[in-house]
Amino acid sequence: MMSQASMLKVKDLKVNYGGIEALKGISFDVEQGQIVTLIGANGAGKSTTLRAISGLVKTASGAINFLGRDIIPFNAQQVVAEGIAMVPEGRRVFDNLTVKENLKIGAYLRKDRDEIESGIEDIYQRFPRLKEREWQLAGTLSGGEQQMLAVGRAMMARPKLLMMDEPSLGLAPLVVRDIFAIIRELKAEGITILLIEQNANAALRCADQAYVLETGRITMQGTGEELLADQRVRDAYLGSTAR
Amino acid sequence: MSNSLTKKKIDSATIISAVIVLCLYVAVFIAEQFIPATSMLFTVLKKGATYALVAVSMNLCNGFTGIFSLGQAGFMLIGAYVYGIFTIPLAARMDVYQYYNGGLVQFVLPWFIAMILGGLAAAFFAFLIGLPVLRLKSDYLAIATLGFAEIIRALFQWDKLGPVTNGSNMLRLFPTFNDFNVRGAEGQVTVYLSTLVPLLIAGVCIGVIILLINSTFGRALKAIRDDEIAAEAMGIRLASHKRLAFCISSFFAGVGGAMLAMYQTTVQAKSFTTAMTYEILLIVVIGGIGSVTGSCISSFLFVAASEWWLRFLDQKQMIGNFEVPLLRNGFRLVVFSIIIMIVVLFFRQGIMGTKELPDLIRNWQRKGKGKEATSK
Repeated sequence: MMSQASMLKVKDLKVNYGGIEALKGISFDVEQGQIVTLIGANGAGKSTTLRAISGLVKTASGAINFLGRDIIPFNAQQVVAEGIAMVPEGRRVFDNLTVKENLKIGAYLRKDRDEIESGIEDIYQRFPRLKEREWQLAGTLSGGEQQMLAVGRAMMARPKLLMMDEPSLGLAPLVVRDIFAIIRELKAEGITILLIEQNANAALRCADQAYVLETGRITMQGTGEELLADQRVRDAYLGSTAR
Repeated sequence: MSNSLTKKKIDSATIISAVIVLCLYVAVFIAEQFIPATSMLFTVLKKGATYALVAVSMNLCNGFTGIFSLGQAGFMLIGAYVYGIFTIPLAARMDVYQYYNGGLVQFVLPWFIAMILGGLAAAFFAFLIGLPVLRLKSDYLAIATLGFAEIIRALFQWDKLGPVTNGSNMLRLFPTFNDFNVRGAEGQVTVYLSTLVPLLIAGVCIGVIILLINSTFGRALKAIRDDEIAAEAMGIRLASHKRLAFCISSFFAGVGGAMLAMYQTTVQAKSFTTAMTYEILLIVVIGGIGSVTGSCISSFLFVAASEWWLRFLDQKQMIGNFEVPLLRNGFRLVVFSIIIMIVVLFFRQGIMGTKELPDLIRNWQRKGKGKEATSK
């Protein structure tokens, strides 16, 4: 499995914010069709990793290889065009646009204008709640609905790789369960997902491959189950009672 | 093959809105033939049309893209000057440019071309100052654009540019709105068009802006306004979209400036003050930031209130033998300011919020249907 060419290869990635090293050289792979998760505490560099991949922040050194192409020099637009879509942290839907307009923005770079309507219908089938709210402003949706919209919006770009930045952030436990069910569904449909989470328990349960990020370094890696069973992970991230 | 999917459905509300606008145009045309041309109504309509265009252009920038620019007066000035410079008849140039030996420009363009040229010149300046200025955000951007407008105002009064701009002297004798009237053989007016044509010019320009706002490009602008980072993550290029929006907005401000020149019949750089930008900003805010309909309605209301309806407050008024107190020169502005405060207090979102005319009609239709359902 490891021998097969990875979809996304990150090697020795370093990112600086001013004088601060946010990422001190991390390497990880994302295989086609898998859910790969990065877990870690606040400030570990999880979001920075995603922002570096999507071209929103400049990298200091290292390589990011997507489907055989070096995407380090790409800007955000080119990265999206390559097939990497992002569900940003805190959802960041466009509050004053309707649900439908939000979805259309997601397809902004798609050339096949004719198929966008049918793409929107596909999203509505997956999230019937969005169909009901089609003409509502996105800002009036509940947190869970906004997260669905953010996922739908990213799916409108028809990405090969979907990156999700803390999709469970600020959502009620029941809604979090829904969101992770959606993530599993997306995987079942063959979409590769790079998931970033503080909710380590839920993330590890659905992940094929997982990495633990601590202050800009990867300190542990393994399959989701391995890390879920690891005592150090249990102590640090899962709040295990078996101390 | 793609036609069935891409064709936009035009709902009845949109059609009704178009019909309403068309009826207004017809009404203006008829009114103009029968009401004396000196009536304040036409002054208000002409200036209102001009301000409506500039307000909508400012709304495109400030309301729909979230670029808080205060350079409107500067762009209007450029449009007005370019229009004036290129349309003064050759015979009149010696008169106008009396201190500059008839000026440098010795050819005349048709009014229509000069007007578009004015817009293009404004857009060009917008492009240039946009390069550094659009990197700024909110208040810093507002200050920078405000400074630009002041610089332009000073520049156009500079004596060294006199052969082109006529220095601090006014440009005049160029074609005005009154030249749109169709005249008979003896010079008497046969068909009055001096109000209809400015309304048509503004209408066409605003129509273009509306199409733009409802296009994919316009949607991207609104996305940028709502959340720049998310918009960038969707693959929208922030810099080029903002620059284009800024240039387009300035283009129409330039056209609006040319219309203002036609309305005023003279152009002088010192009249394009910051206060003018604030007037436009006020119109945009009162109408609703993010509503084209609101900007149009409020510009006519604003002009009518400030030029016409409140005029009586500036003169002594007698009711029988009783002289109404307080009424004297300048009192109009006090009342006007109070009205504006009341409007801002009670219509926080402006008159229209972010709604447009078709939205209102859709609401009425829905309510009507609701009533029908309950009565059954």
